[in-house]
Amino acid sequence: MMNSSAGSSGDPAIRIDGLVVRRGGTTVLPGLDLVVERGSVTGLLGPSGCGKSTLLRSVVGVQRTTAGTVTVLGRPAGAAALRDRVGYVTQAPSVYGDLTVAENLDHFAAILGAPPGDPARVTAQVGLDAHRRTPVARLSGGQRARVSLAAALLGHPELLVLDEPTVGLDPVLRQELWQLFRALAADGATLLVSSHVMDEATRCDRLLLMREGRLLAHDTPAALLAATGAPDVETAFLTLVRTAPEAAR
Amino acid sequence: MNAAARRTLATAARVLAQLRHDPRTVAMLLFVPCLLLVLLRYMYDAQPATFDRIGPELLGVFPLLVMFLVTSVAMLRERTGGTLERLLTMPIGKLDLLLGYALAFGAVALLQAALASALAIGVLGLDVAGPTWMLFAVAVADGLLGMALGLLVSAFAATEFQAVQFLPAVLLPQLLLCGLFVARDDMAPVLRLLSDVLPLSYAVDAMGRITVEGGVSGRVLADLAVVAGSALLALLLGAATLRRRTD
Repeated sequence: MMNSSAGSSGDPAIRIDGLVVRRGGTTVLPGLDLVVERGSVTGLLGPSGCGKSTLLRSVVGVQRTTAGTVTVLGRPAGAAALRDRVGYVTQAPSVYGDLTVAENLDHFAAILGAPPGDPARVTAQVGLDAHRRTPVARLSGGQRARVSLAAALLGHPELLVLDEPTVGLDPVLRQELWQLFRALAADGATLLVSSHVMDEATRCDRLLLMREGRLLAHDTPAALLAATGAPDVETAFLTLVRTAPEAAR
Repeated sequence: MNAAARRTLATAARVLAQLRHDPRTVAMLLFVPCLLLVLLRYMYDAQPATFDRIGPELLGVFPLLVMFLVTSVAMLRERTGGTLERLLTMPIGKLDLLLGYALAFGAVALLQAALASALAIGVLGLDVAGPTWMLFAVAVADGLLGMALGLLVSAFAATEFQAVQFLPAVLLPQLLLCGLFVARDDMAPVLRLLSDVLPLSYAVDAMGRITVEGGVSGRVLADLAVVAGSALLALLLGAATLRRRTD
């Protein structure tokens, strides 16, 4: 059940105004505006190193920002009141390798104050029932990534920020995870999912195409293809890069 | 139970579960100090009075060294493995997290001190004038101090190699100046001053007093308070190094 008692359900899930992030003398995000509506799956696509993770980290509130505001579910990103309403999956699985799947999820559930049946529910959602008693270090890379995802699903977060959750997974598993993401969104959750696999784009409600810290496009997949006349998202991306004003390069 | 206490206990349970999956580390935590005490006892086989003097002091030093190493590496793994960042996006206070660590490793320090003191007094014939429970209490406080310092220095280490190097950098100077090698009163004024501000000096002083004084003097309790206070201070400083936002 979504927690709708926030009293701010009219606010968009994410609103970003003039976000600037500089790190060690280089500008990662030169000034970014974005609104993500609730109950949608938004895909954040772009080449490796274009600032996707920095943007996601800013939304979660773990990134030190230089300027601009990031408002999540009506509150400043990273606010204490958001800590059990936003789920975050980093690119590298952030779970304890020396603990079993069940021990990891039980621990994070206790920290979140999630209901008792939650670890079992999320284990089933990511398809790891058979590995409940296996130490995470002994799982494959893809399985480890799913443990990390399961931990983010604990407590039914209203916003899920997922940094390349499907990287390294086989096509069958990727399909299953995207079905899960769609189901979560149908239940009212908002998902912001980064990927550098362009063919995952068609599964999203809206797409953000990012390059060198700037958003080249923010539209539905169909509208993007129509606007660029491209047969697929990868070609659309290349078209946009070619036609983008010089300042955006 | 309030939420902060629940999160602290959950952290302690998780740290202990991690230790349970690593029996070799647990064995080394518990038995290495015992082994070193046995070694010491037979080094001074011909001088039991020397063993009686040095034994308790080292009983205070071993838990500090071992706990420092284990906790600095454990916390560093939490930082580099991404789990610290995940935890800090969740509703857990920084101090809840560190107190969870303190509780778990404190329990280990308790067990380690119990084993080592029982061995030293019961089997190796260590003879101290003061009460045994006081010896035990100081050993536990030393273990906690080592743990708190380990948690603190892990913030300044980027790799496990660096974390391990903090042992000679942070603990060896304290060990040299704590009065184990040269009586603190005989040191040059600058060194004496330095030894006065290092917490290990008070740990060793306390052990020294328990060795020769019957009963519990106010001085011993003061030493114990300095050790416990230093542990608390290091824990608070450690909490200040945890950042929810990073570059």
